[in-house]
Amino acid sequence: MSIPLSWYLILAAVLFCIGLYGVLARKNAIAILLGVELMLNAVNINLVAFWRYLDPAQMGGQVFAVIVLAVAAAEVAVGLALIISVYRRRKTLVADEIDLMKW
Amino acid sequence: MTNWIIWLLPLPPLLSFFLIILFTNKNRPLSHGIAVGAAGLSWLGSMIVFVRALGTEEFGKHVFGSAINWLPTGTSWLTVGVRIDPLSAAVVFFVAWTVLMIFIYSIGYHNFGQPAGDHDIKGLPPHGATVADDHGHKHSVPSIEPMYARFFAFISLFAFGMYTLVVSDNLLTLFVGWEIMGLCSYLLIGFWYGKKSARDAAVKAFMTTRVGDVFMLLGIAFLYSATGSLSYNVIFDPGVLQTLASRPAFLGLSAAGVIGLLLFIGTIGKSAQWPLHIWLPDAMEGPTPVSAMIHAATMVSAGVYMVIRMFPLLSLDAHTLTFVAFIGSFTALFAATIAVAQNDIKKVLAYSTISQLGFMIAALGTGAYVAAAFHLVTHAFFKALLFLGSGSVIHGMEHGVLHTGEHVDAQDMFNMGGLRRKMPITFWTFLIGGFALSGFPVLTAGFWSKDEIFAEAFGTGHLLVFIVLAIAAFLTAFYTMRQITLTFFGEPRTKAAEHASETPWTMTVPLIVLAVFAVGYGWVGMPGWFTGGLIPNWFHEFVGGTLSQPPETLPFLGVPVATSLFVALGGLLFGWLVYRKVESAEKDFLQIPLLKNKYYFDEVYAFLFVKPAYWISETFSSVFMDRKVIDGFLHSVARFSLFLGNAFRNYFDKPFINGLIGDGTGAAVKASGSGLRKIQAGRIQYYMVVSIAILVIFALLVYFLRA
Repeated sequence: MSIPLSWYLILAAVLFCIGLYGVLARKNAIAILLGVELMLNAVNINLVAFWRYLDPAQMGGQVFAVIVLAVAAAEVAVGLALIISVYRRRKTLVADEIDLMKW
Repeated sequence: MTNWIIWLLPLPPLLSFFLIILFTNKNRPLSHGIAVGAAGLSWLGSMIVFVRALGTEEFGKHVFGSAINWLPTGTSWLTVGVRIDPLSAAVVFFVAWTVLMIFIYSIGYHNFGQPAGDHDIKGLPPHGATVADDHGHKHSVPSIEPMYARFFAFISLFAFGMYTLVVSDNLLTLFVGWEIMGLCSYLLIGFWYGKKSARDAAVKAFMTTRVGDVFMLLGIAFLYSATGSLSYNVIFDPGVLQTLASRPAFLGLSAAGVIGLLLFIGTIGKSAQWPLHIWLPDAMEGPTPVSAMIHAATMVSAGVYMVIRMFPLLSLDAHTLTFVAFIGSFTALFAATIAVAQNDIKKVLAYSTISQLGFMIAALGTGAYVAAAFHLVTHAFFKALLFLGSGSVIHGMEHGVLHTGEHVDAQDMFNMGGLRRKMPITFWTFLIGGFALSGFPVLTAGFWSKDEIFAEAFGTGHLLVFIVLAIAAFLTAFYTMRQITLTFFGEPRTKAAEHASETPWTMTVPLIVLAVFAVGYGWVGMPGWFTGGLIPNWFHEFVGGTLSQPPETLPFLGVPVATSLFVALGGLLFGWLVYRKVESAEKDFLQIPLLKNKYYFDEVYAFLFVKPAYWISETFSSVFMDRKVIDGFLHSVARFSLFLGNAFRNYFDKPFINGLIGDGTGAAVKASGSGLRKIQAGRIQYYMVVSIAILVIFALLVYFLRA
């Protein structure tokens, strides 16, 4: 228990920012999806860290983390499916070029 | 009981009018059945009333009548009612007979029972139909009137008007009946409205009589304002008459004089006296029964009846009476001089009617109350007879025209001749009527009534009136004989006249009945000197009883009797001598343009009244008043509205409503839309940046606001 809580939180924040950067800056849709995954796992780290340090008697943090993992899995499945579908139709994975909903 | 009958007298014809126009107008026999039946009912009622009147002692003092309150006028009531006194009994007698006879005559006149015409159209007289007989020969025969039921409806309405006028006990309902007859006269003169001449004549008759009627209405209004009543009982009260006579009005006349004069102008119009006589000859455009009933026997007589009725009032002012006598005698002579030059069989009778009405008016002007009434009755009989006779002649001629196919005027006497053999009943009855009109001595009614007028004029010292009337009577006998000679004597001048035929019984029976009266009615007014005092002058005593002071019977005077014998026989003989040899109109020495053209009265009136009226209506009313003043005003109103509208449009509506509110809102929405759409870039990462930026802003807000 020598590692203080703030280190985990800093790690999580760094991971979240890397993910955010990936989401906002990368052109490739798959890379954006990867960035989203990083942000989700940053959240997971937060959840688990808070559970372990603040309220280890309850298992809400772990449960949340598991739910997030499940959602992330589902999201990746749907997201990759969409990306494959878009790629088949438009032969591109650049997010800026997938602008069907533009005015 | 009698009063009830009097109240009901006018109603059957009115009912018949409505029944025919509303229900039975498609059914000809039913229509004329209703009309004749109604006339018969009224006739029956009239006869009952008349007989009861005869059976009443001193009838003039115990007249029939009753009145009801009709219109409330403040504290008092305007009463209307009926009244049969000796005068109206005598009038209702001849009205009932002539109306019934003319109704029956109309059935034959309008060719009932004949086939429908080949080319007849409504609004024009029937042109005849072609029928094939047993051997296959084609004949032209008269065809039935296309608007048969309409005619009977109109004459029924007319009969209603006449009965109303006669049984009225006041001037108001008299005037109502008077105007109904005026309307019917208009409708019936224009019965064949397809003819321009008939339309013009109808309008002319209506407009001309209107002139008189307006003055009459003024007279009635004046009388009402002066006495507060229009009922004969009230206005002929000696006290009321005295007040009227002593009240000065204007022009040096008393109130009685002015009222009398105004009412008399109504008569001038209705009875076609000079100077409003011009409509009556043109009115002959109507069917002949109409000429007989309206323009000879009843309506024009109604004018004379009204002045006779108003005699107690008229006689209060000597000036009015002088005026009446002047108009009457002038008209009598004036119309007679025109009549001698007319070739149309009906036109002669029309002028003769004007002239004879002049006789009555003149008689009244000399104070001969009974003589005027007597001539009114006898004239109604023999003039109705003559008109119906002329209709019968025309009918016979038309038959001849159709039969021969010859195109001649069936009304021109110079196309006739020798009809006495073809149409014996018409001839004999026409002869009786003509002799009655001429005043053929002793036998005919016309002699006794005319003789009485002469005697009165002579006996009361109106020598000028007497001389003028004597000349007029001579001319009357002359033109009557001219007419009879040209029509019935000699040899036929045209093929149509050779093939003329006697008319059906519906036409000849009325002729015979009226002929009986044309002879017989004079006998009831034989003066005492003729019968040696054995029989009193019944008519004189009976009708004279209407006045509060019955007029005295004149003693026997030789001069007027000799005069009337001379003018009647002399005129007849002269007329026969002159015209028995005349072959054609060119050889007639009386075809003087001045007389042929009726002294150019139509032209003068056209110049004096019609043209100015047109000028006023066109130049003044239409062009100046209507188009310039009124239209100008309206146009400026319109222009002002237009200006106002434009101003509103340009300076309020367009900039403010349209520009600011309408387009402004749209532009603002559009601008904001096009501004905002920029953020809808469709790039997913861009959205994310925005949403994260907003999230951060909110997070910061929450953070700092909580702190």
